[in-house]
Amino acid sequence: MTSTSQKVAGIPAAPSVRRGRPRLGEKAIEALLVLAAIVSVATTVGIVISLAVPTVEFFGTVSLGEFVTETLWTPLFAEKHYGVLPLLVATLIVTAIAVTIAIPVGLGSAIYLSEYAGNRTRAFLKPILEILAGIPTVVYGFFALLAVNPWLRDIWPSQTKPEFQNMLVAGIAMGLMIVPTVASLAEDAMTAVPRSLREGAYALASTKMQVSTRVVLPAALSGIVAAIVLGISRALGETMIVTIAAGLKTDGIIVNPIDGAATMTAYIAGAGQGDLPVDSLDYLTIFAVGSTLFLFTLALNALSIRMVRRFREVYE
Amino acid sequence: MTYPEDPMDTTIVPPRLSAGLSLHPSGATHGGENTPVIDLADVAVWYGDYQAVRGVSMPVARNQITAMIGPSGCGKSTVLRSLNRMNDLIGGARVTGVVSYHGQDLYARDVDPIEVRRRIGMVFQKPNPFPKSIYDNVTYGLKVNKMDTGRTDDLVEQALRGAALWDEVKDKLKTSALALSGGQQQRLCIARTIAVRPEVILMDEPCSALDPIATGKIEDLMHELAASYTIVIVTHNMQQAARVSHRTAFFTAELDDAGVRHGRLVEFNDTGRIFTNPADKRTEDYITGRFG
Amino acid sequence: MTTTTNPRGPSSADVRAELTRRRFRPAETAFKLALQACLAIGLAFLVALLAFAVTKGWHRLDARLWENMPTGRVSRAGEAGVQSAIWGTVWVISLTAAICLPTGVLAAIYLEEYADNTRWYNRLLELNIQNLAGVPSIVFGILGLGLIARVIGLGFTVATAAVVLSLLVLPTVIIASREAIRAVPQSIRHASYALGATRWQTVSRQVLPAAVPGIATGSILALSRAIGEAAPLILLGAVTFIRFNPDSLLSAYTTLPIQIYNLIKEPQAEFQELAAAAIVLMLVVLLAMNSIAIFVRNRFTKRW
Repeated sequence: MTSTSQKVAGIPAAPSVRRGRPRLGEKAIEALLVLAAIVSVATTVGIVISLAVPTVEFFGTVSLGEFVTETLWTPLFAEKHYGVLPLLVATLIVTAIAVTIAIPVGLGSAIYLSEYAGNRTRAFLKPILEILAGIPTVVYGFFALLAVNPWLRDIWPSQTKPEFQNMLVAGIAMGLMIVPTVASLAEDAMTAVPRSLREGAYALASTKMQVSTRVVLPAALSGIVAAIVLGISRALGETMIVTIAAGLKTDGIIVNPIDGAATMTAYIAGAGQGDLPVDSLDYLTIFAVGSTLFLFTLALNALSIRMVRRFREVYE
Repeated sequence: MTYPEDPMDTTIVPPRLSAGLSLHPSGATHGGENTPVIDLADVAVWYGDYQAVRGVSMPVARNQITAMIGPSGCGKSTVLRSLNRMNDLIGGARVTGVVSYHGQDLYARDVDPIEVRRRIGMVFQKPNPFPKSIYDNVTYGLKVNKMDTGRTDDLVEQALRGAALWDEVKDKLKTSALALSGGQQQRLCIARTIAVRPEVILMDEPCSALDPIATGKIEDLMHELAASYTIVIVTHNMQQAARVSHRTAFFTAELDDAGVRHGRLVEFNDTGRIFTNPADKRTEDYITGRFG
Repeated sequence: MTTTTNPRGPSSADVRAELTRRRFRPAETAFKLALQACLAIGLAFLVALLAFAVTKGWHRLDARLWENMPTGRVSRAGEAGVQSAIWGTVWVISLTAAICLPTGVLAAIYLEEYADNTRWYNRLLELNIQNLAGVPSIVFGILGLGLIARVIGLGFTVATAAVVLSLLVLPTVIIASREAIRAVPQSIRHASYALGATRWQTVSRQVLPAAVPGIATGSILALSRAIGEAAPLILLGAVTFIRFNPDSLLSAYTTLPIQIYNLIKEPQAEFQELAAAAIVLMLVVLLAMNSIAIFVRNRFTKRW
């Protein structure tokens, strides 16, 4: 219909559905929202830049070969060595101890919550896991150093007692720290397994244990692996527990878990406390170790995200 | 509710319904010694304080197909699930009255529900194969029941042949069961059920998620299975009940004085009688399409 | 019970024997006990931790906690307190809330209500947030040290600490807010659009109010994580000996968890007791916040 025909017919003009004025307010708000979303991208970019620039500078002086093969880490000593292996080994030992505790305890809790617990039990237990997850790690460190370790030394069977700070006690505390992470993500994965699979298994005369271990667990496997991988990533990146309970000792490679040794995060925290002159090689070590840590956790997180995605593809 | 006056009288089938009945194992119902495999006496199922279905008394005869029909919400699936204690898995569910299996009360205190389910298997509304290979789906029941001694491959073949699936899957036993079509998945679920050699197979609307061709295959299969198994099928498809079953139980849902809905058994009789000459007005209204 | 003999089937006695055969399954019982033991370990650890902190810190939970004598290096350990750390935490966390809550909620609105998630850049944005949630907190400290404190030049101040903690908990706020926004049913939006509302009117007047309980719960939990966070602040100058309360955004500062860390390092038992007292104080605050979050979630979340 044209406007002329309206006039000719003498009918009042139909209300226009064309855009009257540009809605500037809407546009401005949208721009603000985009800006807020970009903050997270800027953070990632900022992290990468703040790690990469000093790290490149560091490797201008220390060769990558020395960094990954040298077995001494003594940048703050008179005779300087820059081998990251001692830090890496300590990190892996503490993480291994933590995971050894967290996998069975976390998965066991998850299976119980998902397959065995009634609604009331679950309503009581889940907030407890949340509280455990909400306790600051400095408190875990405090408890490990001042309560668990003395107790460990008391009951230790051999003459060589665990040191005042050691990897074992840090690993134990860290294991319990990541239990809620592993338990709640694994429980989510198991709860997402369709009820019909459980019914099918029960109808074939399965016991509850058989349903849990032979049907639910395999069906939720990728989600459970994602939970464990995320737990490992948490353990690798955790700082306060190891700084307090495993100590800041750096030197050669230490493999005995009852000895103290600095992990990557503990080294960063320890070195960062002092007043290292900016742009000294010592200062740059913080960033080189930080980059190593970042790459490890990035790889684990990517793996975990992929596992979760694969799990969702099967059931959603 | 009405019992058939003569429990042997299953032969009166009107011509238009008789086509699908040609495969009925003859003789299974003749001979007088046919005491019911399962017998329900005044059974009611409760969820907490809510009585979902009540007043169910009916026998399930050996090597016959017993159908349960009725509008949705009439409690037919609930009753079916009480026959192998699947209702135990729902918190707050309980059964009153007596469900007896060869004279043994299934809800007696010392009865092990897992043993019950080994003898009374179940096939569900939606095919629910495990996310494992076809082979592992069939062996699952054998493993959990410690029946996988020695000739497992033979048992798998037997079960798949029994479910009329062998020819379609014999070359891909190790592939994922989830890659099968819906109808094949449902036959796999039947194969997995008969692998553990139950005496009774409960089927909860086994064709409701399938297309007509897949449905036809399952119905044919049910006729063959009836020679060796006792089958109870819940269906909302009256034609299906008429085609496959020997006897039919008609359920409906009614409001009580307080306005609460309860399912109940209205009429139980030979399938021919139910569909041609129902004793109860409600049954007649339902099968003629005036209600439901 | 009647015993029926049936030549064509098992006798009732046979059935009875079989149905009641294996009532006791040792493996089942052992498995269930093991699962319960797993939960008991977590529970026991929590109880032991709380009991240890409370008993150790009990007699220091008094007015002395409010003294402004942080860390060791003072001879009168029995008189030390954590006032400057409490004030530091209040400053840093208030500013963190002011930065991360609006940013997080706005970003969540963008992702849920505006972004076309078939576009690669929006998918990248989501992946980025997921990954950021898994970056160790000490790495955020490195970001603060290398970029914010030194290059941008904010120095070791309340502002730097708050910016770093904001970025650290931002993914948590975004993820929780998105879930809350997503839970608002589509029909509400359609009804609003059908009445001629613009997108922002729909979001601000219909979607956001309905999502407030979920957003609040997530925000409280994110802030409670920020309160307990120590690792990044170690790199940002909070460990140094500070016995003055901050008085501006550019003041030097310390916080409660950092002060606890400092006290644990001291050899004297008095300082460890003070650390325990400070821990109890911090846990009481965190527990209160968690309870509020759970209460808000249960009380105000609409069931659609």
